[in-house]
Amino acid sequence: MTRAQNDYDDIPGTFVFDADRSRKGYHLNMFCMSLMKAENRKAFKENEEKYLDGFPLTPEQREAILKRQYNRMLELGGNIYFTAKLGATDGHSFQHMAAVMTNSTQEDYAKMMLGGGRSIEGNRSKSGANKTGKPKSKTGKMSGSKRG
Amino acid sequence: MARIIAGVTSSHVPAIGAAIDNGRTQEPYWQRVFSGFERSKEWMAKTKPDVAIVIYNDHASAFSVDIVPTFALGCAAEFPPADEGWGPRPVPVVKGHPELAAHIAQSVILDEFDLTVVNKMEVDHGLTVPMNLLCGSPKEWPCKVIPLAVNVVLFPPPTGHRCFMLGKAIRKAVESYPEDLKVVVFGTGGMSHQISGPRAGLINSKFDKAFLDNLSNNPQKIVRMPHVEYMREAGAEGIEMVMWLVMRGALDAKVDEVYRFYTVPASNTAVGHIILENKKRGAGKKKPSAAKKTKHRSARKGKR
Repeated sequence: MTRAQNDYDDIPGTFVFDADRSRKGYHLNMFCMSLMKAENRKAFKENEEKYLDGFPLTPEQREAILKRQYNRMLELGGNIYFTAKLGATDGHSFQHMAAVMTNSTQEDYAKMMLGGGRSIEGNRSKSGANKTGKPKSKTGKMSGSKRG
Repeated sequence: MARIIAGVTSSHVPAIGAAIDNGRTQEPYWQRVFSGFERSKEWMAKTKPDVAIVIYNDHASAFSVDIVPTFALGCAAEFPPADEGWGPRPVPVVKGHPELAAHIAQSVILDEFDLTVVNKMEVDHGLTVPMNLLCGSPKEWPCKVIPLAVNVVLFPPPTGHRCFMLGKAIRKAVESYPEDLKVVVFGTGGMSHQISGPRAGLINSKFDKAFLDNLSNNPQKIVRMPHVEYMREAGAEGIEMVMWLVMRGALDAKVDEVYRFYTVPASNTAVGHIILENKKRGAGKKKPSAAKKTKHRSARKGKR
């Protein structure tokens, strides 16, 4: 199965929730949506494997959920507003999830935001087609903010 | 005749709502954000609109991925706050204006904007946070609200141009409504932010400030901006800013910018806020006295 190439696929570190991902991620997202109800959160926490049996997920999606691999979930069709409900069920703040997705610690991530966030420079393009100004890091790698 | 007198844009960061609900607005971090809206609350109290048309997006609260309407117009008499996983926000139930909403729906659909009519809908922080920022935390919201939910979650959202043209159609609809009503339009969401994937935390103040400038003075420069540019420059979720163009389309070509505020960050997001007024009708060449020189406020000045 090939995915059509889109202009936005060149944006580094980004999984755009498009129609194709939405199609693949429907059940993953509806699982997350089910966690809006307290009784479902309780059932999920009691037995995650059993609860997930109620949703026709792919083995990859199931594994990503059980291991809380948030980037993998996005890649497999999850949407952040939905997967955030899983993070909330675990009792985590959003910045905890952001730290996981950016391979950072929550403290460092929060510091980066206070310092003005992640810089756009060096984070525009995988191919280097959309560089402007002087990139501060190598293409494709996520560069943090320069604080000062 | 009903008329649109002004437009407001504001970010709708959920953490702002949480700060209000948990009594943390006086903490220095949040003080920096809320202080930027003090004058806006005064403006709102003085302007006293009868109706606010609030352009916002739902965040997997009222709409899951079962049904994803591109434009959904709230035509109900009221819209309760949604339970976003921690119980509904302790904010007043939003009262609609079903008569004007029905009139807008009929008018814009015949103008070829095929929006979805919604007669039952809960509203999440996307709508209630901007209401707090402009109105504070009253027992009842001071005006009726017509929610217009725009899909910006599932790609592709409507184009900026489509949003701008819908704004024009909404204005035409409002101005053909016989009752004397003062209407303001809120464009919400943005500014630069990305909350998903390894690039999360992205902020682009340079892009945001140029966007605010163009929104005020030169909207034609941004109405054709492609989606990829929003996502690349302002973060994957920065694409919410297309919603601001609905607001801008509903105003005059030339407007008075009466207030602006910008600060980084609120949680993961750059907060941008602007108030634009239509020139007063029949005011001739005289400048409306209410429209003072733009007051630019910017916390963390010179921070990139």
